Amino acid sequence: MEDVNLVQMRSGEEGIVVAIHGGFGSRRRAESLGIRVGVSIKKISAQFMRGPIIVQVGNTTIALGFGIAQKIVVRKRLG
Amino acid sequence: MKKILLIGNPNVGKSVIFSRLTGVHVIASNYPGTTVEFTKGYMRIKGEKAEVIDVPGAYTLEPSSKAEQVAVDMLDSAAEEDGNIFVNIVDATNLERNLGLTLQLIKRRVPLIVCLNFWDETKHTGVHIDAEKLEKILAVPVVPTCGITGEGIKSLVSRMSEAKVSTFQYEDEERWSEIGKIVDTVQKLTHRHHTLLERLGDASIHPITGIPIAIIVLFLAFKVVRLIGESLIGYILEPLFENLWAPLMLKLSALLGSSGFIHDVLIGKLIDGKIAFVESMGVLTTGLFVPFAMVLPYIVAFYLVLSFLEDSGYLPRLGVLLDTLMHKFGIHGLAIIPMLLGIGCNVPGALATRVLETKRERFIAATLMAIAVPCMAQIAMVFGLVGQYGANGLGIVFGTLFIVWIILGLLLNLVLKGESPEIFAEIPPYRLPYFPALVKKLWMRTFGFLKDAVPYVLLGVLIVNILYALRIIEFIGRLAAPVVTGILGLPEEAVGALIIGFLRKDVAVGMLVPLGLTMHQMIVASVVLTMYFPCIATFVILVKELGVRDMIKSATIMIISALTVGGILNLIL
Ligand SMILES: Nc1nc2c(ncn2[C@@H]2O[C@H](COP(=O)(O)OP(=O)(O)O)[C@@H](O)[C@H]2O)c(=O)[nH]1
Ligand SMILES: [Mg+2]
Repeated sequence: MEDVNLVQMRSGEEGIVVAIHGGFGSRRRAESLGIRVGVSIKKISAQFMRGPIIVQVGNTTIALGFGIAQKIVVRKRLG
Repeated sequence: MKKILLIGNPNVGKSVIFSRLTGVHVIASNYPGTTVEFTKGYMRIKGEKAEVIDVPGAYTLEPSSKAEQVAVDMLDSAAEEDGNIFVNIVDATNLERNLGLTLQLIKRRVPLIVCLNFWDETKHTGVHIDAEKLEKILAVPVVPTCGITGEGIKSLVSRMSEAKVSTFQYEDEERWSEIGKIVDTVQKLTHRHHTLLERLGDASIHPITGIPIAIIVLFLAFKVVRLIGESLIGYILEPLFENLWAPLMLKLSALLGSSGFIHDVLIGKLIDGKIAFVESMGVLTTGLFVPFAMVLPYIVAFYLVLSFLEDSGYLPRLGVLLDTLMHKFGIHGLAIIPMLLGIGCNVPGALATRVLETKRERFIAATLMAIAVPCMAQIAMVFGLVGQYGANGLGIVFGTLFIVWIILGLLLNLVLKGESPEIFAEIPPYRLPYFPALVKKLWMRTFGFLKDAVPYVLLGVLIVNILYALRIIEFIGRLAAPVVTGILGLPEEAVGALIIGFLRKDVAVGMLVPLGLTMHQMIVASVVLTMYFPCIATFVILVKELGVRDMIKSATIMIISALTVGGILNLIL
């Protein structure tokens, strides 16, 4: 098993959120959009030049800035 | 009066259901954050009149944005009064996330009814929800609905008075695990293949495929706007004015004795014994022709295309693709939405800057829009006037504005203190726009334009006549000569256009016609007219949105950059 943040994760990979670092505000925002510890998350794509990362959680697609994406840690699903 | 509050996550169909309940039309769009101010309307339940409120979207009652703060404040004050009903609108295709808010509402112990909207979408997204079971667990009425067809709305209305305080209990820390349990009991997911729209959704946000798609979409959008606009003008409006209105006006002109102040105000100057709709400058000729025959067709065409892009869900994806660039301006990608609205008319554009989170972002976005984003009224006129010299002139005008947009954005971000928040938003799924809603939105926006524009155009034309009659333009022209002639290289008379430009830019561009400007002067004048100040209607909104002090700052930036850019163009062209 391997823990990576959303920036390191490759497009198309899936995993389980294991930690959300960062301030209270961004944690709460993440939670309200459905990104919580324990949910499964899939990375869809990343923009060039430290641009936003696109992920999917359940039926929701979410765009998050590079800085925020660095703070979300995911345990990659094997295989 | 009883209040009915519609509460839910952003983009779950609150505004659509609000329209259904009240008959009041509000703008519904396929992206989060359209409603920042709330909207009120009325409906009857059991013969009693009640006030319905379209509350701004909120993911949580622990606010993390301005819209959420507004929502929570409204909720708190409504919760203090007896007899109010809280309608929680839920996106049934995203049950788990939406129930977060539902459980928070339950904790507030308010009379609640849950509306499972997007019921139509559950079938093909492979979601099966047992609404009755959910109703038993939550202990409040649960009604499946489809906002766009109106299915289920009747039963929502008839069950409204059954709204009650839930007896469901849970510990705050256990909220999400409780939700997990609820979802497991009431919802079954069946496997499904990715639909074509979803594949397209992924492709259009992936940088390698997304950027070419964006270029194609914007190019097509531009082509379609021109095609529709030109067809409306060429086949309908110009023939109407030339064949029906012009003869009538000539008769009136003869009746008024073909000259004199009243004649000139109403009909304007005849050119070779004929009415020239752009140049004559009469209230009944130019004053009607400019808004209805030159601008309106493009407004209709533009808002039709924009509303289509909006409702399909493309705009937030464009925002994501542009985020890296816009970040350099201190605003995030979704700020492209107010700017695009501003291309139609700066007034709704200025209003839409509200969806941005910080004051700094709103200042940057509003200033950039007022300076470098020409509105359709002006674009149409510039196309008509500069366009006759060929595409080159147009390229220089709009190319210059684009470069100004970028440089000014970079500068503002450098100079203004503060940081720019990162994008963190839901990207809605692609949807086929619902045609009646699209038409309604188009009508509201077009009507909004007419209401804002026509009075000012007529007033503008009237003032032009008075200024000329009193020779005021000559007088100011001489005073302003050092700037207008010295820096910008325009004739003294062009100052008239700059004065009227405060009122309406389209009339101002029309005033340039009789001056016999060279292409070079026409380009400078078009660029300066866009940049130096917003029209009065936009100005009023900006003062309200930014406050007087920031507006003075913003206006100073406008004037300085207009003179700088105009001066440079005058030198290098
Ligand atoms: N398919 C489907 N689309 C809907 C339904 N309700 C709303 N919509 C669409 O979803 C989008 C968001 O609706 P809107 O009322 O603006 O959501 P709000 O942000 O909650 O006010 C719009 O494009 C609507 O046309 C529904 O029940 N089914
Ligand atoms: Mg809304």
